[in-house]
Amino acid sequence: MNTSALILMLSVQLVVTAFTVYFFVRVLVAKPKPEPDSYSENDDMKR
Amino acid sequence: MSTNTESWGSRVGLVLAMAGNAVGFGNFLRFPVQAVQNGGGAFIIPYLVSFLILGIPLLMIEWATGRFGGQLGHHSTPFIMDSMDKRRIWKYVGVFGIFANIAIAAYYCYIESWTISYIFHSLFGTFSDMDQHGVAGFFSNYLDVSTSTTGIPYEALLFFIICLALNTYILSRGLSGGVEKVAKIGIPLLIVFGIFLAYRGITLKAGHEGAVYNGTEGLNFLWTPDYSSLANPKVWLAAAGQIFFTLSVGMGSIQCYASYLKKNDDIALNAMSAGWMNEFVEIVLGSAVIIPISIGYLGIDRVIELTNLGGLGLGFRTMPFLFSQWGSVLSAIAGVSFFGLLFFAGITSSLAMGTPGMGFMMDEFDWPRSRAALGFGIMVLIMGLPTVFFFSEGVFDEYDYWAGTVSLVVFALLETILFSWVFGLDKGWREITAGADMKIPLIYRFIIKYITPAVLLIVFLGALVRPADDDWLNFNLSEWEFHNESIIGQLQHKGIGPNKEWFANQFYSEVDGTVKEIFELREKHYIAIEHHNNNGTETGFDYRFIPEKHTLVVKPGDVVKRGEVLFTGKVVNKVFYVDMARTLLLLLFCFITSLVYIAWRKRKNMEREMR
Repeated sequence: MNTSALILMLSVQLVVTAFTVYFFVRVLVAKPKPEPDSYSENDDMKR
Repeated sequence: MSTNTESWGSRVGLVLAMAGNAVGFGNFLRFPVQAVQNGGGAFIIPYLVSFLILGIPLLMIEWATGRFGGQLGHHSTPFIMDSMDKRRIWKYVGVFGIFANIAIAAYYCYIESWTISYIFHSLFGTFSDMDQHGVAGFFSNYLDVSTSTTGIPYEALLFFIICLALNTYILSRGLSGGVEKVAKIGIPLLIVFGIFLAYRGITLKAGHEGAVYNGTEGLNFLWTPDYSSLANPKVWLAAAGQIFFTLSVGMGSIQCYASYLKKNDDIALNAMSAGWMNEFVEIVLGSAVIIPISIGYLGIDRVIELTNLGGLGLGFRTMPFLFSQWGSVLSAIAGVSFFGLLFFAGITSSLAMGTPGMGFMMDEFDWPRSRAALGFGIMVLIMGLPTVFFFSEGVFDEYDYWAGTVSLVVFALLETILFSWVFGLDKGWREITAGADMKIPLIYRFIIKYITPAVLLIVFLGALVRPADDDWLNFNLSEWEFHNESIIGQLQHKGIGPNKEWFANQFYSEVDGTVKEIFELREKHYIAIEHHNNNGTETGFDYRFIPEKHTLVVKPGDVVKRGEVLFTGKVVNKVFYVDMARTLLLLLFCFITSLVYIAWRKRKNMEREMR
């Protein structure tokens, strides 16, 4: 691969992967909102 | 009282379902082709700019609009939009948000059914003994409904019905019990399949497994930036268009999913997570599968030629042959991975297309969920059958153009105007930020109000008056010639050619060229005409005729001009099917509009009775 293609590809892919992982991890670690929230999974846990 | 008591099971499930809605065939088949045709690596610059100023704002608007409407008990765009302003027109604008989903599902489920069939054929080694022409011919056979590739009569129709039944069943299980479960299985599997294929593509070595070039040649070709292309408006319009379609905005399905959220639940972080996940699948995985593998075997020139036929051609006519070079076991695994990946990308999107119509029927006509799912399945079957039976007559392309392209741009433009200017950005911004788990940069207030509507308007006008040859720089109104694919060009039937009548007694050649041969294939008869291109290459055109009905007036070796008679006898031209497809779409739109009107009258009567 030529240098400009390699630099462009790696930089774009790293940035996109980093944003994807960052936002998804934030979703995973976000604290649940107080009930009533939108998700039935929490309701089951409370019962 | 509405029977609609749906809810999401978990936040991760919602994000994956939203990402699944966005991730579709386009991520793997459309994006790389668009990049190749628009400046290679440099395409990523307008693409990412479009993501920031068009994609993210539209995601915010649609998530916020959906959650706002959901608080008032609305789960589809007609009454969500109606609740945002007192003018009656908005609920009819909202019809686009049900119409587009049903019309797109009609042809989308058909492609989805191809992937099921191709998984089946990959597993059973159908492609293992075929050469490249054999695999391409297999696809043509498959699309010709009356021909069977398995011995099963009407195979394409059967797989379409299986696919629809599967969608209907999953939808009848509800959001948390159906859609969310499929997303939780489908998205991780899709990523695993994508990583496997990307690894195979990138590590492809010339001289091994029949490859002629290294897989990295494909990446080099795709990512080498041609910065001069950035000066061409066509490239920017293509990038905006790709962002638009890849995120599934302008359809009404995002609003529907978000309408099941409570007032204080986050939408900002969810929207960003789902949006970036789609970008990861598109940019990282989508660019590393079909282009590296196909260039590894076919070389750059041949792949450029194939990309002119679109991503579907590359995916279904070419990839099975390339996989078959990897040996029987690995080719089966690769085939199942590739078509499995496309299947999960497709089904997570088609399920999202089912929910707005179902939400509407459940909200307004108290339909139970299973009946609403069945109603969606039947509507898609009715609208989809013409695409199955008249695929090669252009019905599929008409649906894709009017419902899958024009309708989305129009709806997105109008919903942005409603949100930013009618509902008001102050209220809108409060909706976006309420319960947000992340801080949204204030610049997005400005972008949502001014930039996004302006860009959408430019995209719409660009599609409306797109010039022939995409020559935007030659701005001369008096000599402006519309592109065949511009909205005006389409309305004028510009690409139809000399066979302009629905029914005729003569069939005219649509190209200049030489009659190469008159041949029979699968009991069908064709005239093959070879058109000589300016660059010295040749393109073949085959015109079907029926010996019992038609009399040939040309013979092999004859030189024919565009518009010269090829055969006489009664002919039903393609333009008939094109106009019938448009009429069907219009009827669907009118049907949904009348349902919205009936629902509105029903609401008014109930309000009167309560007073």
